[in-house]
Amino acid sequence: MDYFLVSFFLIQYIRTSLQTAVNHPEWEKRLVFARYFSIAWIATFYIAEEPFWTNWVWDIFLVWLIVVIYRNEVFNSLRTTAQTVMPFVAISIIRDFVKGIFPKFYEENDSFFQVAVAFAFVLCFFVWFYARKQMKVLQKEREDRLREEQASRAQKESLEYLVNERTQELTMQKEELQRTIEELKSTQNQLIQSEKMASLGELTAGIAHEIQNPLNFVNNFSEVSAELCTELEEEIEKSELAEEDKDYIKQIIADLNQNQQKITHHGKRADSIVKGMLQHSRLSSGEKEPVEINALADEYMRLAYHGLRAKDKEFNAALVTDFDDTIGKVNVLPQDLGRVFLNLFTNAFYAVAEKKRKLAAEGFSSDYKPEVKISTKKFANKLYIRVTDNGTGMPEHVKAKIFQPFFTTKPTGQGTGLGLSMSYDIITNGHGGVLDVESIPGERTEFRITIPVSEPISQS
Amino acid sequence: MKILVVDDEEDVKSLFEQKFRKEIRSGQFQFSFSFSGEEALTYLAAHPSEVVMILSDINMPGMSGIELLKTIRRDHPSAPPQVMMITAYGDSANHDQAMQLGADDFLTKPVNFVELKEKLLTIL
Repeated sequence: MDYFLVSFFLIQYIRTSLQTAVNHPEWEKRLVFARYFSIAWIATFYIAEEPFWTNWVWDIFLVWLIVVIYRNEVFNSLRTTAQTVMPFVAISIIRDFVKGIFPKFYEENDSFFQVAVAFAFVLCFFVWFYARKQMKVLQKEREDRLREEQASRAQKESLEYLVNERTQELTMQKEELQRTIEELKSTQNQLIQSEKMASLGELTAGIAHEIQNPLNFVNNFSEVSAELCTELEEEIEKSELAEEDKDYIKQIIADLNQNQQKITHHGKRADSIVKGMLQHSRLSSGEKEPVEINALADEYMRLAYHGLRAKDKEFNAALVTDFDDTIGKVNVLPQDLGRVFLNLFTNAFYAVAEKKRKLAAEGFSSDYKPEVKISTKKFANKLYIRVTDNGTGMPEHVKAKIFQPFFTTKPTGQGTGLGLSMSYDIITNGHGGVLDVESIPGERTEFRITIPVSEPISQS
Repeated sequence: MKILVVDDEEDVKSLFEQKFRKEIRSGQFQFSFSFSGEEALTYLAAHPSEVVMILSDINMPGMSGIELLKTIRRDHPSAPPQVMMITAYGDSANHDQAMQLGADDFLTKPVNFVELKEKLLTIL
């Protein structure tokens, strides 16, 4: 009976602790067979009325079990369990051995052997029970650890979420800062550019002044030389030289005279350029004068056109004028209004040039005719001026910003972003008028100036 | 009539001499030249009551035309010569200052010699 219990529980223990049904199906089969064997053998033992020889089979069976446990890697973790069975098996074998070979001796010490076997048997189960308890404690500890782990994992996840959130916030802040830096950079560039332009204006004025003095001498001396030539001619006439010589001298004098006139002519030309430079860089005097608006507009249209032509020989645009001849002179700030015209025309020519360039890049430029138009009209004491171009036009978001200082769509170096803001200032504050714009992207842009004309100006 | 021209540009001398050749030859005008304000004052001190007319540039190194004008008006209050200022800067501030300090006339460069000749002849 004790054999059966030990073997049966050992087999069960092996099966449950290693989960052989799931992990080792091949061993499961053998173990189940071994179990049946032990059941069958105990049955045989009782049916055959408890013969002694069945003990030998039990001994062999148990030894075989222990050997199997020790010989296979799979049962590595069960070796200690097998060890607990070993005393029982050993004592049982010794008992059976003694019983079989020295029955007499066994008879005498029967109780001693019985106690030893019982003791080994109890020890066996006691150790198993203790091991089971130990295992349950371990199991509990493992579960606790698992629960802790889960808790910490949850904490970790929430932390990770927080970190992610913070990271996103920081990323957004970083992007915003980057945008700000870029804006600052472009503002700085524009400021530098406008500063450059301002100093260039001063330099231009300085150069113009410096050139004016020597230029005055050139003009004055060439004029006086021309006068001297005329005098010389008269003096030759009075002298008593041969006619032939006189003619020859006169011819030379005529050439000299012509040269002087050429010098005067070109000197005057340079003088007018210098005067233009001075006038352009001079600050507004703040006094209105009667000005021919049509002439002023026309002059600056040509100036802007030739300015662009000088930079881009390919450039070409039709200049269309539609002047109201009844306007005559109007009280305005001529230099300031001139700047407005220059800005509007420069922008218009830039827009048509850009459109032409884009179309050429796309490959169909032949039928595009760049055109810039100026029209003026006086009506009900108001002066209306329109500058229209069939250039690139502009989208709504650009249109909303064009009168802001430092706003420009041109690459740095080509526009300060001050032209239109200055123009706006001149028209609204300087003249009490209105400057607005209408544009169809890709088709046309029209700038409209409306200036109130306070009193009718006499045309004298 | 004796005229003193004050200008730091030395070529002014030959320009005036040629422009007024006929007048100088006929003895109508008599020109003297100084190339700085200080030099002009020395000349005036050496030739008292000779000069009738002074033509002076304003922008000169050292003593400016305006300072020269001030000094002349202070030192010769009784019989002051006529003073005409000539400058490249024809703005109103310069003009007003010169006139306020007792200039008789104001011309801007480049000098229109026809106009200048007429003005000198009327004074004569």
